[in-house]
Amino acid sequence: MTMTTCEKILAKNSGRASVSPGDIVIANVDLLMINEITGPFAIKAFEDMGFDRVWNPEKTVAVLDHAIPAVDIRSATVMKEMRRFARTYGIKNFYDVGEEGGIAHQLLVEKGFVGPGMLVVGADSHTCTAGAVGALAVGVGSTEAAAILATGKLWFRVPETIRIDVTGHLQPPVMAKDLILSIIGNMGADGATYKAIEYHGEGVSKISIDGRMTIANMSIEMGAKTGIVQTDQVTVDYLNKADRSLRFIEGDPDARCDRTLQFDASKLEPMIAAPFQVDNAKEVEKVEGVKIDQAFLGSCTNGRMEDLRAAANMMRKRKVHPHVRFIVIPASMKIYREALREGILETLLSAGAVVSNPTCGPCLGMSHGVLAADEVCISSSNRNFVGRMGDKTSRVYLASPATVAASAVAGKITDPRRMWS
Amino acid sequence: MNNVSGRALRYGDNINTDVIIPAKYLNTTDIAILAEHAMEPLDPDFKRKTSTCNILVAGKNFGCGSSREHAAMVLKAAGIRAILAESYARIFFRNAINQGIPAFEIRGSSSDIDEGDLLEIDLNSWKLTNLTKARTIELSRPPEFLMDILTSGGLVSYLKKHRTW
Repeated sequence: MTMTTCEKILAKNSGRASVSPGDIVIANVDLLMINEITGPFAIKAFEDMGFDRVWNPEKTVAVLDHAIPAVDIRSATVMKEMRRFARTYGIKNFYDVGEEGGIAHQLLVEKGFVGPGMLVVGADSHTCTAGAVGALAVGVGSTEAAAILATGKLWFRVPETIRIDVTGHLQPPVMAKDLILSIIGNMGADGATYKAIEYHGEGVSKISIDGRMTIANMSIEMGAKTGIVQTDQVTVDYLNKADRSLRFIEGDPDARCDRTLQFDASKLEPMIAAPFQVDNAKEVEKVEGVKIDQAFLGSCTNGRMEDLRAAANMMRKRKVHPHVRFIVIPASMKIYREALREGILETLLSAGAVVSNPTCGPCLGMSHGVLAADEVCISSSNRNFVGRMGDKTSRVYLASPATVAASAVAGKITDPRRMWS
Repeated sequence: MNNVSGRALRYGDNINTDVIIPAKYLNTTDIAILAEHAMEPLDPDFKRKTSTCNILVAGKNFGCGSSREHAAMVLKAAGIRAILAESYARIFFRNAINQGIPAFEIRGSSSDIDEGDLLEIDLNSWKLTNLTKARTIELSRPPEFLMDILTSGGLVSYLKKHRTW
């Protein structure tokens, strides 16, 4: 019986020879991640359940990332609780404010915690980012994270799989972000609810792990359970550097899919998701000229080297518009240092950007750039819901790092092709 | 599990967890504080309405976006006793069950229910009756072990009792 990548991973981890969509399985989890927003409730649930030992401290990663360093006494208190948890239960993979820190989804990939064929569960909806390296990575809430802390297992409904074949290559400054915004616009905000998406094709084979993380990351914005990118030479090269042992699991080429869609990356234009839904995607040129107050480059979606490089390329010998606050947040301390060494931060700072420490902060209106009433932000992040980045009358447009940087310079939404060199 | 009855509180499609409970309030684990802000960006009258209406009826993709279980927790704390939606985002659906909130799909039927309609959910015969409009529809029965979690009062109680899955 043929199976998709997702089905093979769920079969392997539930000890079955095969599984089919609709089956409910109890599967062993290979890695669990919690953060300071979902973690404290998970810890409370775990202790309320009456457990006193974490099933496997080495397979548990705890990260402080949402608004760090602490912005007020309440957030300082939840972080203190996370530190107590890590100390009490021997969680060595604990990432606090400091030199190894960063956004959890970035850390899981760059530190080699995740790899092909793994079943990864995180108490955060963007856990699906790890699909960039071939993992089946799924977001859950706090109580299910507690259940995994206690038992190492979780129930899953085997999802139907949607296969997305990408042909052609992205034409710079068009980026992976434009591709995924286009796919989401096409599929709709609930177009993949309960389903797994697998990304394949020669168009994908030329996209870096940075770009693949952007694509896998936003699979949740179509309601998908997970988004798994094909594993190939790009994956091998990356994982070798991350020192991750390789154990590939690939779906059968003739596995049954719910449906198959094709996208031509070569014909893609810069895309933007206008307020207040991520599937409200259109070509940037259709909203060019909308004045902005803030531009944000960062988040688990687009805070990586490729993203910072694209922005720096745009900002060289240019200045941020005087009415715009351009906030740049590398997704991890490793990226921060690399961007510093490459001179990227110097370029961005000279242009008038503000560079902050790694954190989710502004993406969800928690810190580092919250919006006031009626303000407009162009952001490289992942959600543009009502009030997402601040006041409920503020508006967020989601776009690629190149489009964010071009717009920061112009003071209004701008097609990056006007400035690309 | 007891039957649930109450009046309908109506919302539309794609209600995301950021509007159910904005991230700016997620810096605490105090449910009472969190519940004060339930549905704040979407419906400033939510709290007042829940004094008379406690069955939330929504369109498609209810609870999409962030995995924050706080969303299910604040609805429960605000007095919501059941949710009926055309469809759910999967993480929210699981969170609702894990918090012990009955959540049912009513595909194609949400528009037949108006705010304030008196509803009765019979959890033995799996029927939803709109007493105001004198209409009854069949509900599909969730898998047995999900019902076990629900009847236990949520996943914490379930695992406290069973110790494993």
